Amino acid sequence: MEYFIHLGILVSIYAILGLSLNLIVGYTGLLSITQAAFYGIGAYATAILITSYGVNFFVSMLIGMVIAALTALLIGYVLSKFDGDYFALGSFGFNIIIFSILLNWQGLTRGPLGIPGIDRPEIFGVTVSSNLSFLILSVLTVIIIYGLSQMIVNSSFGRVLKAIREDEKAIQIFGYKTHHHKLVIFMISAVIASVAGSLFASYISYIDPSSFNLNESIFILSIIILGGLANNKGVIWGAVFLILLPEALRFVGFPTDVAAQMRQVVYGLILVFLMLYRPQGLMGEYKL
Amino acid sequence: MSALEIKNLYKHFDGIKAVDHLTLSFESGKITGLIGPNGSGKSTLINLLTGIVPYDFGMLVISDTTKLLEIKPYNVSSYGITRTFQDVRLFEQMPVIDNMLVVLTERGVWSSIYEKHKRYHIEKAKEALEKVGLWEKRNELAINLSYGQRKLLEIARALAMNVEIYFFDEPFAGLFPEMIKIVTSVLKDLRAKGKTVILVEHNMELIRELSDHCIVMDSGKLLAQGKPRDVLSQKDVIEAYLGE
Repeated sequence: MEYFIHLGILVSIYAILGLSLNLIVGYTGLLSITQAAFYGIGAYATAILITSYGVNFFVSMLIGMVIAALTALLIGYVLSKFDGDYFALGSFGFNIIIFSILLNWQGLTRGPLGIPGIDRPEIFGVTVSSNLSFLILSVLTVIIIYGLSQMIVNSSFGRVLKAIREDEKAIQIFGYKTHHHKLVIFMISAVIASVAGSLFASYISYIDPSSFNLNESIFILSIIILGGLANNKGVIWGAVFLILLPEALRFVGFPTDVAAQMRQVVYGLILVFLMLYRPQGLMGEYKL
Repeated sequence: MSALEIKNLYKHFDGIKAVDHLTLSFESGKITGLIGPNGSGKSTLINLLTGIVPYDFGMLVISDTTKLLEIKPYNVSSYGITRTFQDVRLFEQMPVIDNMLVVLTERGVWSSIYEKHKRYHIEKAKEALEKVGLWEKRNELAINLSYGQRKLLEIARALAMNVEIYFFDEPFAGLFPEMIKIVTSVLKDLRAKGKTVILVEHNMELIRELSDHCIVMDSGKLLAQGKPRDVLSQKDVIEAYLGE
């Protein structure tokens, strides 16, 4: 049972990350490969504030959100000058920069040693100590963020984001300063990703920079491409599928000496076939 | 009165003069036909006047008062200008109604989070879509419309802007006769309301029928202008246009 609860918590955390990135890639059409950076900012804000200053989890989460928003403002300002492949390359670069900061600013992050002993959240004096209660907290967070994302994408602001995705120059002709819209959605997305980071740090109780590298950004991107760009339900299913698939492959019965590698191969093949035969993902409404 | 005046406008691409020291004026409340052979600079001129491509130098004067040394695409509508494109540019993977609503609702980021006046905006979208016969298609994705319907949707989107100056870049190209009637009626309606229409078109019959004034461009320069009947019978225009 503990094993399934553990998977449920991971699915929730990656669903939040997927929902955050879908706002940028699925709805605004900007291929961003920097989500793990904001995920890391949230995780480190929570880890440092809880372990060094004894701050309450939710306060640390709020501070992480503010730091992520300010970082996104800076990064987004630079990236808003790019589009297409250049945007993707620029975002790629920023992920590497943030990862390098987490790895090398040892006075603050302890570098590769990581930060251990991160406490679980406390609500009105009660610690969310069991994994089941943490799962409930994670699922509630997913529900709130799903609702918020739906509200954004169904508003007229969301409609403008989709128009930017379709033809940015054309929508500008109708009086939209699109770089403002891109910057705001980039910040909202970063804030949401930082929430996932705070949950992750508190759940695992130990973090190091390797959880927030480029591979992680690509994994989050895979979730939304597989689940469905511009479809938040699809993103949830993408997270379920990509977190559970490697686990399911444990039971296929590969020889033990090649099991790990074979799981990676099968996992990769499934992704390739899905892209070949269903490029919009499982439930996607938009093709890259 | 001049709705839009162009003074010494110049644009070159890789040494080719696309618009070459062009000075001309579009009269308010009239339909001006803008014609010329392929590559004469008509579409480039519209792209320059709507900020899609920046011009090298020159000046635009709007309504005899506002003088602009440059124009950004997002400011175009604030100067009372809108357009359609030669190659239709819709928001393809969005429903027809959303293609309309996006040009009707609030422009600011924060004001657009909570959509106000939605019913009013839907009424406005309905009005424009009904003019071009597309209201029944409102829930279809733009990408699934036929070529002619896509052209009509682009025209409806421009109409919904309710501005003073409309650029239509080959709005009749590829349309069935019934659709041509619809677009003709839309253009005449705009003129009746005192709007300024600049019509790029290769169909000379339509230019004769609709235009109050005709401007001929060749190699980025002004070749001739005047009443359509007079201009289209000029020898140099016939030579440039038909290669005769």
